[in-house]
Amino acid sequence: MTIAQSSIVNRQSKIKYYWSLTKPLQSGLLLATGLAGYMSARCPIFSIPTMIGLSISLFLAIAGSTILNMWWDRDIDAKMGRTQKRATSSGLVDENEVLRVGLLLTVIGVGWAVAMDSLYGLVVFAGWFFDVVVYSIWLKRRTCWSIVWGGISGAMPILAGRVLGLGAIDWIGVMLALGVLLWIPTHTLTFSMKFAKDYAAACVPTFPSTYGLEATRATIAISSVLAAIAMIIAGYGIGMEWGFLRLLGVLSGGLLMLAFAITFKPSERVNFGLFKYASVYMLVSMILLSI
Amino acid sequence: MKMSPLARILLLLTGILAAYQVSSGIDGFDTVPIIAYTIGFGVLLVAGILLIIWGFEVLDSPAVVIISTIIPLSLAAGLVWQNLASLRTSYLILTIGGFLAVTLTRVRPAPGKIPTIVLAIVHGIAGMTIFLLPIVFSIQGNAHPMFSLVGVGGALIGLGGLALSFLKAGKPILSKELILKILPVILFLMTLCFVVGFGYGA
Repeated sequence: MTIAQSSIVNRQSKIKYYWSLTKPLQSGLLLATGLAGYMSARCPIFSIPTMIGLSISLFLAIAGSTILNMWWDRDIDAKMGRTQKRATSSGLVDENEVLRVGLLLTVIGVGWAVAMDSLYGLVVFAGWFFDVVVYSIWLKRRTCWSIVWGGISGAMPILAGRVLGLGAIDWIGVMLALGVLLWIPTHTLTFSMKFAKDYAAACVPTFPSTYGLEATRATIAISSVLAAIAMIIAGYGIGMEWGFLRLLGVLSGGLLMLAFAITFKPSERVNFGLFKYASVYMLVSMILLSI
Repeated sequence: MKMSPLARILLLLTGILAAYQVSSGIDGFDTVPIIAYTIGFGVLLVAGILLIIWGFEVLDSPAVVIISTIIPLSLAAGLVWQNLASLRTSYLILTIGGFLAVTLTRVRPAPGKIPTIVLAIVHGIAGMTIFLLPIVFSIQGNAHPMFSLVGVGGALIGLGGLALSFLKAGKPILSKELILKILPVILFLMTLCFVVGFGYGA
């Protein structure tokens, strides 16, 4: 292999590593919530250039915060089986470079957002701040309640999208954000139950290790129910057609059924089912909000 | 048995069709049929998603018998409400009573063959209603000929239900592999028939 070829291969590997550090699926889902929030506003504006700007700025800000999270958590990620192969924890990428890339994406993403609309930029920045500073740096290693702040951060993209569409924060935007915030424990708590040993090895406090499995399952069930209620109220507030509200109601019914099952007949399979179903639920909810 | 990609695609299409029916296919109907069809197609939609997530193992759950009763019962109740005005109340009582009977005989152990007999009666009445009513109405000219597709869907749901019931009873009429192989096809064709049939009006 020539030096030029070797250089190309190295560059391709690096791009692959950095792409994986952005957690494309998770970032994609958060971006989808942002787009749904924007499209839920419908009036007074709806323009393709704005949507493209929203997509790029939000994705860069989310990717920047995700990379910075992984840079900060590289020591605990190395202790957990689930995360020890990440490029940051396995030393495949230079840690100083990761920090620079994370900061660069953040500056471009948040800066772009502020340039588009100052209030939108502020909400995007709030999401970044809650995720990187409050959740990762300050609370993650201290208290299991850190996930609330992680959840608030995850709820910011949908609020940001709606703010960009409306030019203001309204109760529907807050309700949409609440829906996402309450949906997030279904994911994070299921993970913390499934990988309890990993988190214990890394000394990261979690709900299961602090309050036990039963309380964690009850929290998942309650938050799923409240998430469904928040999404239906938001859908009604947006003026969603009755047919779509019916569909949202049906899907919420499925979520309630699984929440009921996880509380009274808990098992690994039900946990997994709720985890996956909740993802489908959120994706379909976002599509319904956008139509 | 591992689910094939084709089976997943068919279940996904079934879910999309059911979602369409819930969101758009029943607009303009009376309140009771809208509720009945929303429940029926809603259960079909959620069941399709859970089958994709969990695979065929979910069919081993005892709750499947109760949940799968909801689909024919609610569809039959909606059809009767729309087409047989004189039987509305009595059929609605029969629907609710039938569902409660199936649930009770499954949740609380009943002696002998009572649970099976109750299940057969409830499924039989609902299944025959879905199968015969649209076909008879189409033949009589009271409905568009395509409405008879709802009856075809009823026949398919009956076939699928029978095959599954025998399988769960330990006396499969076909091999388990074959039943699980054709189940997604039956579910998809059944839902397609319902959606097209209802599209031509009740």
